[in-house]
Amino acid sequence: MAKHETPFLDELENGPWPSFVSDLKQQAEVRAKNEKGVEFQIPQDCVDDLLGVVELSYKHGRTHWKHGGIVGVFGYGGGVIGRYCDQPNLFPGVEHFHTMRVNQPCGKYYSTEYLRQLTDLWDFRGSGVTNMHGATGDIILLGTTTPQLEEVFWTLTHDFNQDLGGSGSNLRTPADCLGTSRCEYSCYDTAALCHFLTNEYQDELHRPAFPYKFKFKFDGCPNCCVASIARSDMSFIGTWKDNIRIDQDAVNKYVEQDPAYPANAGAHKGKDWGPFDIEKEVINLCPTGCMKFENKELTINDEHCTRCMHCINVMPRALKIGKETGLSILCGAKAPILDGAQMGSLLVPFVEVNADNDYEEITEIIENIWDWWMEEGKNRERLGELIMRQGFQKLLEVTGIEAQPQHVAYPRTNPYIFWKEDEVPGGWERDVDEFRKHHLR
Amino acid sequence: MATLEFNGKTFEIDEDGFLLDYNMYNEEWVKYVQTQEGIDEMTDEHWKLVEVLQDYYEKNGIAPMVRVLSKLTKFKLKHIYELFPSGPGKGACKMAGLPKPTGCV
Repeated sequence: MAKHETPFLDELENGPWPSFVSDLKQQAEVRAKNEKGVEFQIPQDCVDDLLGVVELSYKHGRTHWKHGGIVGVFGYGGGVIGRYCDQPNLFPGVEHFHTMRVNQPCGKYYSTEYLRQLTDLWDFRGSGVTNMHGATGDIILLGTTTPQLEEVFWTLTHDFNQDLGGSGSNLRTPADCLGTSRCEYSCYDTAALCHFLTNEYQDELHRPAFPYKFKFKFDGCPNCCVASIARSDMSFIGTWKDNIRIDQDAVNKYVEQDPAYPANAGAHKGKDWGPFDIEKEVINLCPTGCMKFENKELTINDEHCTRCMHCINVMPRALKIGKETGLSILCGAKAPILDGAQMGSLLVPFVEVNADNDYEEITEIIENIWDWWMEEGKNRERLGELIMRQGFQKLLEVTGIEAQPQHVAYPRTNPYIFWKEDEVPGGWERDVDEFRKHHLR
Repeated sequence: MATLEFNGKTFEIDEDGFLLDYNMYNEEWVKYVQTQEGIDEMTDEHWKLVEVLQDYYEKNGIAPMVRVLSKLTKFKLKHIYELFPSGPGKGACKMAGLPKPTGCV
């Protein structure tokens, strides 16, 4: 028998999609029965009370969590999101309902052994409710009390060799697409770079020292499966600089409708779009018009290719990324608050990804940007806003990158152009009397 | 929200143990927070952090950015964590009686 009546939530058990309500009810029941004999360290009925408080919010159309919450573990300035219910008498099980962020493995690959030990710990010291995963990437353990935080942290670090993720004005938990682990488009090993930089910048991740939050994300190619261009202050997107590799036999298999060569690897099989038409679906859709298909031969003028991925996405068995691979770095993506939403702007068109020197070329750019933003950034100013305030030119200066046409979508249309004094013959010091000698008042 | 009795003094605090009113701060408060924040002994450096925070808060009405705190005290962030294991926000600001840090933490 459920602890609270939940008529609104019960509606959400209908329909085909996996119901979070059914799952929560199952978890509430598992805790009530406790067949494993777990010595619960937080209220046994906390999931019942969670359902109760959510039901109340459905009824009121308002949240019932208090403002903010500052809890954590010694040594770190982040990693735990404190939360308290504003109806603790009605729902004592969720009076404390803190969230712990746990740093996920790159690409989110797991063994059941690892997940079992994590869920056993969370059943014992938390609610048993999770979010797999938070939008930034972390494993999210949803709901525990303050005294359990150090206990969970101790077990994570001592027994599971597992650290917390980031929160606060610091480097948040980096995340990557699954990269070379199972994608033939990946231009670099996103997992290796993500893992390396996560380890390299542990201090920046755990102890807030920045004006505001800062995120890294790593995409293996411009398809951006981890959405780095929109969801990270520094976005690392794989690309190549030589030619697309063409297998002409395979191209013709696509053209001849070989069933083993469906366009887009069969992604549009759900609807009849007619037979594959290479002119219509590839050649004419190329954004730069740099492709031709004549006499059963596909040619690409790679000089004009912007590496948008379209042709490769349509004919993955025939077209492959080049061999000289690396990545582009884009900066400044952020959500609307305060000055409006931004996506990443291209800063470094191409940099090699070299694990042998610990990615020196990449860390140098990161650290130059941090030095600038930490010094100049205002309180709670994202990198994207500092770039708007001080100018893209300043970003180029601090990173030692020379301005190039690739840095803009189009040149400025207004003529409010600043010059440095030393660029202008004679400088800024002028004598008005000298001027008057030639121009009477 | 709760009332706390410690060494004969009363304090109004929130769930996270932050003072509700900066004016309630006194030295007994420091002794209490010490027991919560894993600090064995208050050194001159602890006091310096507390004083810098209070001074800045009284003048500006907000807590300083971490970088400003480092500059004012000449303590590196690492050293601030050695003094206050919970860090400048949860540890030092709480002890100095400043309001609870807010925002996307």
